[in-house]
Amino acid sequence: MNEHLQTLTEIRSLMERSSKFLSLSGLSGISAGVVAMIGSAVVYMRLRTDWLTVLSYDRLGQYGIDRFHEANLFLIKTALLVLVAALALGTFFTVRKARQQGQRVWNQASRRLLWAMAVPLVTGGIFCLALIHYRLLFMTAPTTLVFYGLALLNGSKYTVRDVEYLGYSEIALGLLALFLTGYNLLFWTIGFGVLHILYGTAMYWKYDRNTAPKTGVNPTS
Amino acid sequence: MKDLLAHFNKAFESKARLSIMSVLVVNESMNFNGLKDLLALTDGNLSTHLRALEDAGYVLVQKQFIGRKPNTTYQTTDAGRAAFTEHLNALEEFIKTL
Repeated sequence: MNEHLQTLTEIRSLMERSSKFLSLSGLSGISAGVVAMIGSAVVYMRLRTDWLTVLSYDRLGQYGIDRFHEANLFLIKTALLVLVAALALGTFFTVRKARQQGQRVWNQASRRLLWAMAVPLVTGGIFCLALIHYRLLFMTAPTTLVFYGLALLNGSKYTVRDVEYLGYSEIALGLLALFLTGYNLLFWTIGFGVLHILYGTAMYWKYDRNTAPKTGVNPTS
Repeated sequence: MKDLLAHFNKAFESKARLSIMSVLVVNESMNFNGLKDLLALTDGNLSTHLRALEDAGYVLVQKQFIGRKPNTTYQTTDAGRAAFTEHLNALEEFIKTL
């Protein structure tokens, strides 16, 4: 009878493990958040404007054409750097966690997760390029938030539930930022910095703490 | 007690087969290597169990090539899904009576 109960438990775990990528590390979220905060701080210091209104439509409108291009280029470079650093650190921690759990990083579930997120993300990226092309740089901050939120929502089917709520939060924040255009940097910092750190910490607390010390355990055996 | 056990499906008596079914009911399809990684079974062992499930009409096999490499994917049939659910229900009932 104990054997049957164990069988049921194993079945449940298999069903979850095979359809969802559960090695997503909370530390990935935290590191992405920290990188985003550093990026925001760099932008804030470089543009030397007050925290709230930097990046607003009005502010950029006051710049001359040269200054505008300079700021444009600087912002795009910083954003790309933040993206690359956040992705690299995020991947590192998740790969590490998967190794610790004795699981493969590249499996059907992770492929589905990546694909589910890639479609909205690439769409959002191209959308932002169009915005920049039309010199609507101030619109890119809310746009990245909204599309990132949609990507998370779409990807959450293939990973832990928390990602779904993070997705809703990002979408809500992005939509709010669309109308409160004066606070772009602030919203962006909350969305990519604060929220990542909050959810990352919560996920670390819930899922990683227990698995972290047990290295090399193979749960499939 | 005997009555409850009557609903236990012979095809799922082995734990490996039950595991295979549980992976396939939540995934649209899964290839051989994916199953192998998840279940930690040997090639021979896994293919024997898969053949048994295929013979029972619970699993559908699709063989194709990606380039030159053969890629065999498996999915459950409606009958397989129904049988699996029934077996699980029986298992649950059985445990409840204890």
